[in-house]
Amino acid sequence: MRRLRGLAATAASIPITLFGLVLITFLIGRVVPIDPVLAVVGDRAPQDVYERTKREMGLDRPLPEQFVRYGVQLAQGDFGRSVMTSNRVSTDIARFFPATLELATIALLVATLVGVPLGVWAAVRQGSWVDQTIRVVCLSGHSIPVFVLALIALLVFYATLGWAPGPGRQDVLFQDMVPQVTGLLLVDCVLAGDWDSLRDAAAHLVLPSLVLGAFNMAYIARMTRAFMLEALRGEFIVTARAKGLSAARVIWGHAFGNILVRLVTVVALAYAGLLEGAVLTETIFSWPGLGQYLTGSLLNADMNAVLGATLVVGLTYVGLNLFADLMYRLLDPRVR
Amino acid sequence: MLNRRAFIGTAAATPLVWTTSFAPAFAETPKDVIVMAHQIDDIISLDPQESFEFSGNEVCGNVYEKLVSPDTKDPTVIKPELAERWETSKDGLTTTFKIKQGRKFASGNPVTAEDVVYTLTRAVALNKAPAFIINQFGFTKANAAETITAPDASTVVLKIKEAQSPTFLLYCLSANVGGIVDKKLLLQHVVGDDYGNAWLKQNSAGSNAWVVRSWRASESVALDANPNYPTPPGVKRLLILHRPDPSAQLLLLQKGDIDIARTLAPEQIKLLEGNPDFVKVTASKASVNYLAMNQKHPMLAKPEVRQAIKWAIDYKTIAANITPTVYEVHQAFLPKGFPAALTDQPFQKDVEKARGLMKAAGAEAGFEITLDHQSNAPFGDVAQALQADLAAIGIKVKLVAAEFRQVITKTRARQHELAMLRWGSDYMDPHSNAETFCMNPDNTEAATNRTVAWRSSWQDKDLTDRAAANVKELDGDRRVKEYERLQRDHQERSPFAIMLQQVEVAMMRKGTAGFEIGPLSDRSVYGRITKA
Repeated sequence: MRRLRGLAATAASIPITLFGLVLITFLIGRVVPIDPVLAVVGDRAPQDVYERTKREMGLDRPLPEQFVRYGVQLAQGDFGRSVMTSNRVSTDIARFFPATLELATIALLVATLVGVPLGVWAAVRQGSWVDQTIRVVCLSGHSIPVFVLALIALLVFYATLGWAPGPGRQDVLFQDMVPQVTGLLLVDCVLAGDWDSLRDAAAHLVLPSLVLGAFNMAYIARMTRAFMLEALRGEFIVTARAKGLSAARVIWGHAFGNILVRLVTVVALAYAGLLEGAVLTETIFSWPGLGQYLTGSLLNADMNAVLGATLVVGLTYVGLNLFADLMYRLLDPRVR
Repeated sequence: MLNRRAFIGTAAATPLVWTTSFAPAFAETPKDVIVMAHQIDDIISLDPQESFEFSGNEVCGNVYEKLVSPDTKDPTVIKPELAERWETSKDGLTTTFKIKQGRKFASGNPVTAEDVVYTLTRAVALNKAPAFIINQFGFTKANAAETITAPDASTVVLKIKEAQSPTFLLYCLSANVGGIVDKKLLLQHVVGDDYGNAWLKQNSAGSNAWVVRSWRASESVALDANPNYPTPPGVKRLLILHRPDPSAQLLLLQKGDIDIARTLAPEQIKLLEGNPDFVKVTASKASVNYLAMNQKHPMLAKPEVRQAIKWAIDYKTIAANITPTVYEVHQAFLPKGFPAALTDQPFQKDVEKARGLMKAAGAEAGFEITLDHQSNAPFGDVAQALQADLAAIGIKVKLVAAEFRQVITKTRARQHELAMLRWGSDYMDPHSNAETFCMNPDNTEAATNRTVAWRSSWQDKDLTDRAAANVKELDGDRRVKEYERLQRDHQERSPFAIMLQQVEVAMMRKGTAGFEIGPLSDRSVYGRITKA
């Protein structure tokens, strides 16, 4: 019963969070010193066209009325139309978000699969050369700006060694070859049975996902190390060792099992960060993701697009928070 | 279970697997496809009667033909495009066009006078951002049926409200908004009273060398060759990829993954210049960069201070050191390449003269002022150079860097002091820039014509009247001379220090040829591109 009440409270906070998000984004959108009408009519349009467009966009109405109208529209599942692309914002998000989702998921896999073992290894060998080396690697991964890393990766692996394809999500030869079903290119290639396109899409994912993964790997490895060091100092570890359990069992079975709950939160937050869209990485790799869409919309004062994309990012955060919460309840017997 | 040795071995082998698995998946661009890297996230529509952005106009210019167009090499010459010939009545109020016979749209439908009437009526009725170029001749939705007519299948008659210079109408019809659409095709896609606008935003109905295959906003534009064009392009497809990062464009070009790079930075252009594997294409654009001085500021309202600022700027050093290859010194409101454009440079850095002017204005002690400018390269560096130049005559400039639209928003609200801006001409007639830089008939907040002059609260009745009169001048030579005088007077009196003119540079891989950059975006031609 207590468990159900906890879940209900979490679920109830979602609409409040989203309302707050929409309200704040809406207000920010209205106070930024960029005129949204200019995004539609351009700088050179005559004043009558400007005024008419302003009226058509409802921007001549009082701010509360504008917000209520937008809220009603939103409640009907309509994000409005993007000025920048002429599409419905929902159509745009359905196109841009999967690109980010695909990149973020692969990057997170890279970050987790490399970062967690490195963190555990560093904690077990605390103070040794292994620990020092991993620390240097992690600090580099965390401190080198992601756009520098991206440019170096392109220069080395694309331009010099020729191991990876250049920027973009697909080679021009494969463009429009696979029908969009899910928007996740790897999945769509599999569904279409187009293995050449799949190979091309996977190749284009390698560099950006490694660059993004490197940054998050460093964070995950450092957090894993810190959690593990704390766990390894616990009395239950001394007991386990005294009972004569193997080192692997003590580390992975007892210590790692104990930090899993906190690690889930770290990984979930890293994933949420990635799903916001990594603007710089997306720009350098010409990756048509949500980060580019959101930034472009913001700079063009395309407020429907900004609000729609922000709401999706917010939903992602809330969803992943809920997921982390559920995982807590699943993995930690004390919370059950 | 994975032991340490296996882990290290697997990690070491990963690059090898990566190379052998993925290497064949990427190769050079196909022979019959041109791949161009550009920044195209400004496109909001591919409808010629709506598009008003650089990239959108460039695509439209290659998809739609106009009745007439200015010659790229000599813009004072107006060439026929879909019109075979034209004639203007003695009173200058009626112009009759004869449409070429045998021309077809990409759909296969013949190009007729009906299509021209539909196009111009559509521009007027939709009344989108570029419609003023056509509307300024007195065409309205209500009178279009009488003023834009087709007495037969090959004749179009335009009746304008008051006599104007005949070339003024022709230049305006040559603007992107004058791109002739396929009425028959478009009628199949009309929803309500939208004249097919929703459909045409992402499709095409033109007769030029290319057809829109797809447009993915902020991603790519794919064009197919139009088989019905009299001289079809030398390649089957042209792909314009949105590659905003110049470094990425450079790498793609060097690796052969693109054929043409459009927005390289000056240092990257320098890197490729002289390399026999790359060919440079360059042309002056009808876009000027200027410093606007708001007349609401009491110091800037003094004519001597305005002139002092113009004499304090080191134009040549800015062009040579900050904007080499992408901007050149230009000091008149008509860009080089326009009919009547002045290309001499009356201003150069002369600190003593500038100080003298400051003294004459009673401003020898200097003053503080803000300068709004867009933050991206090279404008941030140009703003810093201006700050240093003006400091030499006692003007303490505080730089306010912002996004371009932010600067525009502020200047449209007349809230700036100094602002560095750029202006791209809408059509090739001198009136395009003369109107905005000289005319300000109503300097109040209720003004409907908010020209560049209005935005800086500057009203010069003499220049306003002369610019308005010159657009109606029927004598071509007299008109040119008057525009030259207007530019000289503007340099003397205006609160605008026109500094630079944009030069566009594209780098192509060896073997790619025929790409032409025009002064206006819609005059950049893809139709003659070939690939060896």
